[in-house]
Amino acid sequence: MNHAFTRPALTALGLLALGTPALAEGSVSVMSFGGAYQEAQRRAVFESYTAATGIRVEEQEYGGEIARIAAMISSGNTTVDVVDVDAPTLLQGCDDGIFERIDWAQIGDQSDWLDGTTSECGVGTIVYSTALAWDGAKLADGPAVIADLFDTAKFPGKRGLWKNPATNLEFALLADGVPADQVYEVLSTPEGVDRAFAKLDTIKSSAVWWEAGAQAPQLLASGEVVMTTAWNGRIYNANKEGQDFRIVWDNQILDSNYWAIPKGAKDLAASMAFIEYAVGPEVLAATTKYIPYGPVRVSAAEYVTPEDAANLPTSPQNMTVALTLDNAFWADNGDEIRKRFTTWLAQ
Amino acid sequence: MTATPGISPDIGRIRTFVAVRRAARPARRAAFSLALPLVGFLLAAFVAPILYLLVTAVDNPETRSVLPQTLTALEGWDGSSTPEEPVFAALAADLRAAQESSTAALVGKRLNYEIAGMRSKVLAAARMVAAMEAGPYRDTFLEKDGLWAAPETWSVIRRNGAELTPFYLLAAVDLKQSATGGLESVAPDQAIFLAVLGRTLLVAGMVTAFTLILGYPVAWVLTIAPKGVAAVMLLMVLLPLWTSLLVRTTAWVVLLQSDGVINAILMGLHLTSEKVQLIFTRIGTVTAMTHIQLPFTILPIWSVMRSIPATQLRAARSLGAGPVSAFWRIYAPQTLPGVVAGCLMTFILSLGYYITPALVGGPQDQMVSNFISTYINRDLNWGLAAALGVVLLVVTMAIYGLFLRLVGADKIRLG
Repeated sequence: MNHAFTRPALTALGLLALGTPALAEGSVSVMSFGGAYQEAQRRAVFESYTAATGIRVEEQEYGGEIARIAAMISSGNTTVDVVDVDAPTLLQGCDDGIFERIDWAQIGDQSDWLDGTTSECGVGTIVYSTALAWDGAKLADGPAVIADLFDTAKFPGKRGLWKNPATNLEFALLADGVPADQVYEVLSTPEGVDRAFAKLDTIKSSAVWWEAGAQAPQLLASGEVVMTTAWNGRIYNANKEGQDFRIVWDNQILDSNYWAIPKGAKDLAASMAFIEYAVGPEVLAATTKYIPYGPVRVSAAEYVTPEDAANLPTSPQNMTVALTLDNAFWADNGDEIRKRFTTWLAQ
Repeated sequence: MTATPGISPDIGRIRTFVAVRRAARPARRAAFSLALPLVGFLLAAFVAPILYLLVTAVDNPETRSVLPQTLTALEGWDGSSTPEEPVFAALAADLRAAQESSTAALVGKRLNYEIAGMRSKVLAAARMVAAMEAGPYRDTFLEKDGLWAAPETWSVIRRNGAELTPFYLLAAVDLKQSATGGLESVAPDQAIFLAVLGRTLLVAGMVTAFTLILGYPVAWVLTIAPKGVAAVMLLMVLLPLWTSLLVRTTAWVVLLQSDGVINAILMGLHLTSEKVQLIFTRIGTVTAMTHIQLPFTILPIWSVMRSIPATQLRAARSLGAGPVSAFWRIYAPQTLPGVVAGCLMTFILSLGYYITPALVGGPQDQMVSNFISTYINRDLNWGLAAALGVVLLVVTMAIYGLFLRLVGADKIRLG
């Protein structure tokens, strides 16, 4: 009687054991930032990947906290196969060894990627920009260059700024006349940091600091500020909801997001296959239909429609003067400058 | 019964006591076994994380694990000059191994906390060493970066060979170890945490004071109001407790913003001609926090007030006390246990506030928790986050202890 029960049970277990890897092959678990961004990825990347390969994409969302990825790995149960990370997270995660190495031979020729968007731990996917924005419904003749951010005589009123020294110190130096390619050289010296803070001092009393990306367009819409630095995708989304916000592309600061594979992902080959598909030139170009973040591959440009190109930070007409955020600089000096920034804010 | 010689009455009493204890042991064990699940839960969910927090605040594994040979070679170093070739050779060997196991960045990040820029210099040195066939290394290192010639660099490395480090705890109170081993303050533009701690205490204190001023009369009215009215009032006190903290905070954003409800009313009534800056200020933060904390102060006071017979006030009046005197000398002292319990609860909860100051406050209103969250989530600097947590814990315990000392444990009652 015991045997009669045990044998089918064992067989069933054996079948299950055989069946599990087959099931796992049928899906890939992808974690991204949620919101409009992930919605765009869903439409342009995830759905077409499932259509092309039959592999389901199981989505997860997070707020970009590297701690969450690190905790998942240290608990020994990596449930995410591919994760979308921002540049500081990639750098830090690469340093801390929480991401797998990327096999670039499989992904493609690195020279097709924009400068600074390839890494041994991550594959660049989109480029976004931090730029000055203003409300066309409230100002007839708004700011046109980055120096206008600091010109309180010409444009009286409050200014929205990201509550983070990164981008603000760069904007300060750019407005102070430092050429984009020398910004980090100047910022590497104590005098350069002093100079940036001195420039920020000139608008400190009219600064309103935002922390979450959604706050910047909200500050503009509520009339709290006359202009604000903002992430270009947020401004685009506000315009889709009926606002008339304009972006000053002059001296925008570019930064990028990456696909990375957390250590211990269950099937490295499947993760790599997904990334290879997700950064295909046509797939990258398709994403721009849903959200105005520039494709990182030069070869994707030909698939982007002219209407979408007008909103992309990477389009030739918008990328006249641009600075790429140097995340290695911030990894080295961020701790010290952030503390100084905090004391400066409280003064 | 006469006392047996040699056995004093005292010992007899002790024997009786022990016998009674023994007889009651099964009952005590049964009671304790019922409490076991809770004890286990507290150990796992409360005691263990706090111990882990304390350990993380002083743990210092990076340098020991990545640069073991260098630390051994540094034992003979005089501490005031650039080390000789053997130290550099040991460092090269360590970095070569680190480059292979990609752990160079770990130690680079750890040293970067103490010397800004160290991270990339360690990484660059690791890459350089990996490309070299053989030594001598000293000159190559010195040529690569002047930092390797500085004795300070080496004393930081040597100091971090220790298993435990006071670095994070010192940093959490704006101190650091000097090259000679003594304590010194960090540079003025790097000193933030004491100010943040002071601000956290100040905001928590202000919120506690305001909830008491607003809540005490409410609690009193609740006790004397007719049943029906009191029930509705109590519901209004409790309702905010049942609403998500985030929702209440965002509601305050809507009210306080420059084009918000409050400014519209002020302007509409011509009370002010210009918009008043309410959001992103200390006033906004304290207002929103006071609203959120009110129930926590009101409920203990109310429940103590309910137990005070109303007849006492009448008796005091009939014996000739004036209304103020009767209230102040008869009623108020009896509500003290509830006041202390409510204030203590609000004060301690306010110390840990995070979301409300982040959304409603300005940069001058960020509290210790905001910094802890940044160091955990963004910087992965769990050592410093843990150290800030330890400082907050110690301050909270100290304040609790001070309260107990001042009013006595028996004076704190929730009802």
